[in-house]
Amino acid sequence: MKIWDAHCHLSGVPGQTPAERMAQLLSFADRLGIERLCVCMGMRWSYDPTPADMRQQNDEVLAALQHWPHRALGYVYLTPNHVAASLAELDRCVRDGPMVGVKLWVARRAHAPELDPIVERATELQAPILQHTYLKATGNLPGESTPMDLAELARRHPAATFIGAHAGGDFELGLRALRACENVSVDLCGTDPAAGMTEMAVRELGAHRVLYGSDAGGRSFASQLGKVLGADIPAAAKKLILGENLRRLLRPILQRKKSL
Amino acid sequence: MRQKDGGADPGRLSRRSFLCTTTVAAAAAAAAGWRAETADAAAPDPLIGATGPRGLVDTNVWLGQWPGRRLPLEETPALVARLRRQGVRQAWAGSFDGLWHKDLGAVNARLAAECRRQGRGLLTPFGTINPADPAWEEDLRRCAEEHQMPGIRLHPNYHGYQLDDPALARLLDRAGQRGLIVQLVAAMEDERTQHPRMRVPQVDVAPLAALLASRPELRLVLLNWGRGANSVQPPRLAEAGQICFDIATLEGVGGVASLLRQVSAGRVVFGSCAPLFYLESALLKLQESPLTEAQLAAVRADNALRLRRRVS
Repeated sequence: MKIWDAHCHLSGVPGQTPAERMAQLLSFADRLGIERLCVCMGMRWSYDPTPADMRQQNDEVLAALQHWPHRALGYVYLTPNHVAASLAELDRCVRDGPMVGVKLWVARRAHAPELDPIVERATELQAPILQHTYLKATGNLPGESTPMDLAELARRHPAATFIGAHAGGDFELGLRALRACENVSVDLCGTDPAAGMTEMAVRELGAHRVLYGSDAGGRSFASQLGKVLGADIPAAAKKLILGENLRRLLRPILQRKKSL
Repeated sequence: MRQKDGGADPGRLSRRSFLCTTTVAAAAAAAAGWRAETADAAAPDPLIGATGPRGLVDTNVWLGQWPGRRLPLEETPALVARLRRQGVRQAWAGSFDGLWHKDLGAVNARLAAECRRQGRGLLTPFGTINPADPAWEEDLRRCAEEHQMPGIRLHPNYHGYQLDDPALARLLDRAGQRGLIVQLVAAMEDERTQHPRMRVPQVDVAPLAALLASRPELRLVLLNWGRGANSVQPPRLAEAGQICFDIATLEGVGGVASLLRQVSAGRVVFGSCAPLFYLESALLKLQESPLTEAQLAAVRADNALRLRRRVS
């Protein structure tokens, strides 16, 4: 079984350089049989990055990918608060570079029209969009998306491929909010390993729309992998979640880049 | 860390045998090319044989119904079966009812009865005590004398008191006099995903060091402390007194190894928070971190068994 992790970061990991941090991540991934890591965002994050900051963070991911081309995949970090710069960065890192997806975090909520040109360009490039979603009882950041925001965006762009990060955080509401959006998959990462989460995701979305992700290094590969391996779902569903679904979503762009 | 089977000591688990018998190991080994792909990833492989002669001791298990959702293993027989299948030989069980119910005498009596009826020798009850409750001393007596419990479980955040409350100090004194292990639960749910009408903050453990320092005989296990509890400083607490830390909410890559760089291996115990959490998440943390055989043995069971022996 090839386990691919749909959601990793270079933050929260020991190491002075992106390459050192990637090596650290892979050393832990190896212990759990995780073959590939999808990485996004740099070593220091910012909620609302400037174009220069965005570029630097993507440079750090590119540096990590350069050392580990057979183990790591990259999503380009973009911000709808700087659309022109984001489109240029999308071309630099995905069209002309090795990255295979887009990461949108908390600069602006996902239902905003400023996301439209980014989504349209990503769709042309066959790049899936990993959109942070988190519904917090403690209150969201001003630009932080709810799963309902992502559902609105996904309905506007039926040809685009989205991954709803963290299954909406409050997964019971998040999964219900995203259930009807067939072009949205969810990753299971970045929350406590609450028993029943994976079973509900499979029940409501279907196993073909559920992805293993860890949110490492802030989270443990193990705690998140346990959500899948400990779930009462069929073996075939686990295989889909642990890697087959992500490979299916990335197949068009990887084939175009001849790296599958 | 040894990479090969030691072979000399059958009671000590080698890295290789551990990897090849844990739940994920089948998938991991296949992915790493060590052996053919597992036939059935859905059926967790037992940890029997991978956990040493004493098996795992899970210090953080719960019985009953969680109010926010139905849990896959909320029925005690199903939970016991899963624990056994994954190599757990002893589980310290508290009660979800203890968080919310006011009649803790009844809660603890049901817990003790359920452990006897359904535990099949695996479940050890840890009663809930609320020092803000007018009858807590009688509850404590019943836990120790009538139910023969080796320890108690405290929920300052759900019961509405702070750790600098004099009532807690009195409870810790009484528990210490009775030789009871005290489990202090720092949190149950991530505050971000709690029900909006059932929000409970994490316990501020800042006063804990002073409580430990003034009670050298007290044996305390801190559960679910690893999530965002900024005031938890394991080295400072370990220096202050006899405290162990469980791993249920420990996050970050290589989290167990990271904790073991801060405190000695004698201070870390296995805890899963099952069935609220997937048991396998805690199990896999032992695999994610590069641990020596001695560290693994200590965390899996030896530290918890040592605590129990001192109580007995």
